[in-house]
Amino acid sequence: MPVPRVVIIGGGLAGSAAAMKLAELEFDVSVVSLTPLKRSHSACAQGGINSVNDLTRQLGDSEWKHFDDTVYGGDFLQHQPPVKAMADWAPRIIDLMDRLGVTFNRTPEGFRDQRRFGGTLYRRTAFAGATTGQQLLYALDEQVRRWECAGRVKKYESADFLGLALDDHGRACGCVVQDIQSMEIFTLPADAVIIASGGCGALFGRSTNSMACLGSAVSRVFQQGARYANGEFIQVHPTAIPGADKLRLISESARGEGGRVWVPRRPQDPRRPQDIPESERYYFLEDRYPKYGNLVPRDIATREIFRICIEDGLSVQADRMCVYLDVTHLPRDVLDRKLAGILEIYEKFQGADPRTAPMKIFPAVHYTMGGLWCDYERTNDGELVVGSPRNQQTNIPGLYAIGECDYQFHGANRLGANSLIACIFSGVTVAPGIAAYVDAQQRRPAETPASVFEQSRRAHQEQYDRLIARGGDGPNPYRLHQQLGAAMTRAATVIRRNAELDAAYQEVCALEEQSQRAAVADRSGWANQNAVFVRALADMFPLAKTILRGARLRDECRGAHYKPEFEMPAVDSNDPQQRKLQAERWCDVFEENNRRWLKTTVASWSSERQPEICYEPVDTSLIPPRPRLYGLAGADVIEQAWRTRQSRRELQPLVHVEP
Amino acid sequence: MDRPSERIEDTRSGSRGSPSGSMTSAEANAADSFLVRVLRQDGPGLTSYWETHRVAREPDMNCISVLQKIAERAETIEGRRVAPVAWECNCLEEVCGACTMLINGRVRQACTALVDRLLADRPGEIELRPMTKFPVIRDLVVDRSRVFAALRKVKAWVPVDSYLDMGAGPRQSQEDQELAYQYSKCMSCGCCLEACPQFLKIELVRGKGESETDFRRRLDEANRQAFLGAHAIAQVELFNLNPIGSMTARQRLDVLTGEGGVQICGKAQNCVKVCPKGIPLTTAIARANRAAVRHVVRKWFDL
Repeated sequence: MPVPRVVIIGGGLAGSAAAMKLAELEFDVSVVSLTPLKRSHSACAQGGINSVNDLTRQLGDSEWKHFDDTVYGGDFLQHQPPVKAMADWAPRIIDLMDRLGVTFNRTPEGFRDQRRFGGTLYRRTAFAGATTGQQLLYALDEQVRRWECAGRVKKYESADFLGLALDDHGRACGCVVQDIQSMEIFTLPADAVIIASGGCGALFGRSTNSMACLGSAVSRVFQQGARYANGEFIQVHPTAIPGADKLRLISESARGEGGRVWVPRRPQDPRRPQDIPESERYYFLEDRYPKYGNLVPRDIATREIFRICIEDGLSVQADRMCVYLDVTHLPRDVLDRKLAGILEIYEKFQGADPRTAPMKIFPAVHYTMGGLWCDYERTNDGELVVGSPRNQQTNIPGLYAIGECDYQFHGANRLGANSLIACIFSGVTVAPGIAAYVDAQQRRPAETPASVFEQSRRAHQEQYDRLIARGGDGPNPYRLHQQLGAAMTRAATVIRRNAELDAAYQEVCALEEQSQRAAVADRSGWANQNAVFVRALADMFPLAKTILRGARLRDECRGAHYKPEFEMPAVDSNDPQQRKLQAERWCDVFEENNRRWLKTTVASWSSERQPEICYEPVDTSLIPPRPRLYGLAGADVIEQAWRTRQSRRELQPLVHVEP
Repeated sequence: MDRPSERIEDTRSGSRGSPSGSMTSAEANAADSFLVRVLRQDGPGLTSYWETHRVAREPDMNCISVLQKIAERAETIEGRRVAPVAWECNCLEEVCGACTMLINGRVRQACTALVDRLLADRPGEIELRPMTKFPVIRDLVVDRSRVFAALRKVKAWVPVDSYLDMGAGPRQSQEDQELAYQYSKCMSCGCCLEACPQFLKIELVRGKGESETDFRRRLDEANRQAFLGAHAIAQVELFNLNPIGSMTARQRLDVLTGEGGVQICGKAQNCVKVCPKGIPLTTAIARANRAAVRHVVRKWFDL
């Protein structure tokens, strides 16, 4: 038997983790990436990586509570078996990364240090300064390099994935790739293909994402028949600094280490922030969420910042929306040992020292919760069958999706420091599943006749030749991209309104039509970045339309998806009796919403170049959905009404997240 | 934060002299726009040439947004339509190392090169050139595969037995972690190599009738013989500090004491001055030197 082959598209945390594990399992692995693996977007992850640990365990934490925090944070939109498996495996994954040499911060006794992150009350987050993603990525990149030296991994580090090769059973049997220096188009036969290409921040113009986060690999398999799930769930991170080219993240770890968000109580107070006395500062997150304070989940923090700036008019500046993120009260050595990475970013780009003056921040598009639909196998008890060939497999046989570009782990909102664990978990565990899949194939997909590959190659070659022949007279692709970004940011980020979503859909369709004719100013047959971008631009539209359509149809508020038109009813009466009735009404709406909308949005790309959307039930068999209030001040009456209602029905008791 | 600017000697011979003859100084000083001179090259081995673009000034610009504007307009000051300038970038927050180039003569990342400061230092104009120690692929994109080849050569990884669950890694003092973290922030950008007098450019051309494999082999051999550079020496320190990595320290020291090893360092100390991450490269080299001497002496006596 020939050695089984896998091609991985993307070499960030998930792709690299899969590559090293598959190499260990004696696969022949190819990694296709737009950038050298070491320069992947995972390097931008700052804050840390979550798991229950020896310390939190003694305070009552457990894998179950990590699981519970994750599904509560995700507003119950995830299938629970894979999430539970991730929480169960997390401690072992971090141990492995520790062995691989990740420079995790240490306690004086030499143990790994941990900090608190959003959406949990435990200090569950291991970290390496404020560049944890970079450190994890490097450790995996080094392992992949080791396998490269052993001849087990081949890297294509300036290559663009153009599409899948499919055999006559509809299985993925390899892919077509373009070297973006020589512009040569070639095929890589494989027994399975993994998409690990990350998120699609580029759809929003500027975001916290890197330039390679174009979404194009995902879009290309979507257009070839792979399904895309929960597209409308886009995370807008509460704390970023704006720039002309990019919105730069200031990690949640700033708040995890004790950073506080505030605005002056007097609108646009002209005094220097350090001169504004405590009594004239409004710590609005701490005020509204006394239990979680500055560490409420990201969707909530982001909406609160929007509210304070837009509705309450309390933005720090009049000409630019922003609030203060203040770490000036923290000891210098904590700042330098644990947060230096992000403070340097602020310093380098804003020219001010956050150790002495609060940072000015505002929310920015950050993470794609949705992604390629993929499967999983569960036992009757709701446990994931680890090593099943179905895990992470898309609806195209032999095509797998892992990391940010899959939809499995984060539901309607991702908790901070859960993305890194999801990437490595899905990367490491997909490998035995693929081994089982390949073993079960009677005829190896990679053995598909050469003519099939040649046919796919030729089709892409012709497409590319047509693109180059188009010339430089059409609409400007860079401006079209800015327009797409503006339309998406306006309609499909923090606040969504149906009328605006409809208008944006029309606008995006018009831009798509123009993008088909976009100018290719560079006709060179060598390192033609212009042509590569124009092609990627065209592939942004199917995902953009899917996000808009999904958001338009989902008439509710859940996690990051917020529509004021469908907001939960107010509980604001001062009369206790009336207030109780309001809480009951709130619970009625909550249950009705779940009946209607606690469903996965599943999109397929139609022949009319439109997303077709259907819904799938969500597996909430382990933890029943409950109101997601995070101890909002004044909302205890809802919690009470809900508890009474549940106990009356003699359902299983609620899982509490008390420490 | 901003280091005093250092001008790297222009060792390039193929560049065609000064460009942008047509602009007047009044234009150059216009507060609402500035000029960008870019040293372009259409492909490997071709002659390079200067080209000048005018870019409208906006708040919060860096050299990435400058290049984005140039790509969008793709028109020189003479009004000639040109292909967008090719350059490499990804993270735009100085953690990936991709966008390294010479900006006003100084090697650095384009993302953290802020326009306001560049124009304060040199009014009216910004100059962009590709790194000179690596073969140009196109315009500002260079081939830095040699940087990664060096990491392969020094076995820059922790050689674990397997990826199965074997419990946590070894405990480590805060001090050791802090030292290791310094080294592990290296993003393989190549600034230290650009500034190093001993690190010389290798640019091979594939011969007529030479197969891709033979060419690769010849290139690998040339890389193997040439100086590793400060970044790779620091990585040896990193992995020899690691409790598991130290078990194979001798293999890395063999490389350091071999061809292209630490002995080539001329102690110019340019590397540490240009490192964007402030990695203590000269400390690493000094430590590597001592370890290398010990290693050689031990080998003499067959210890």
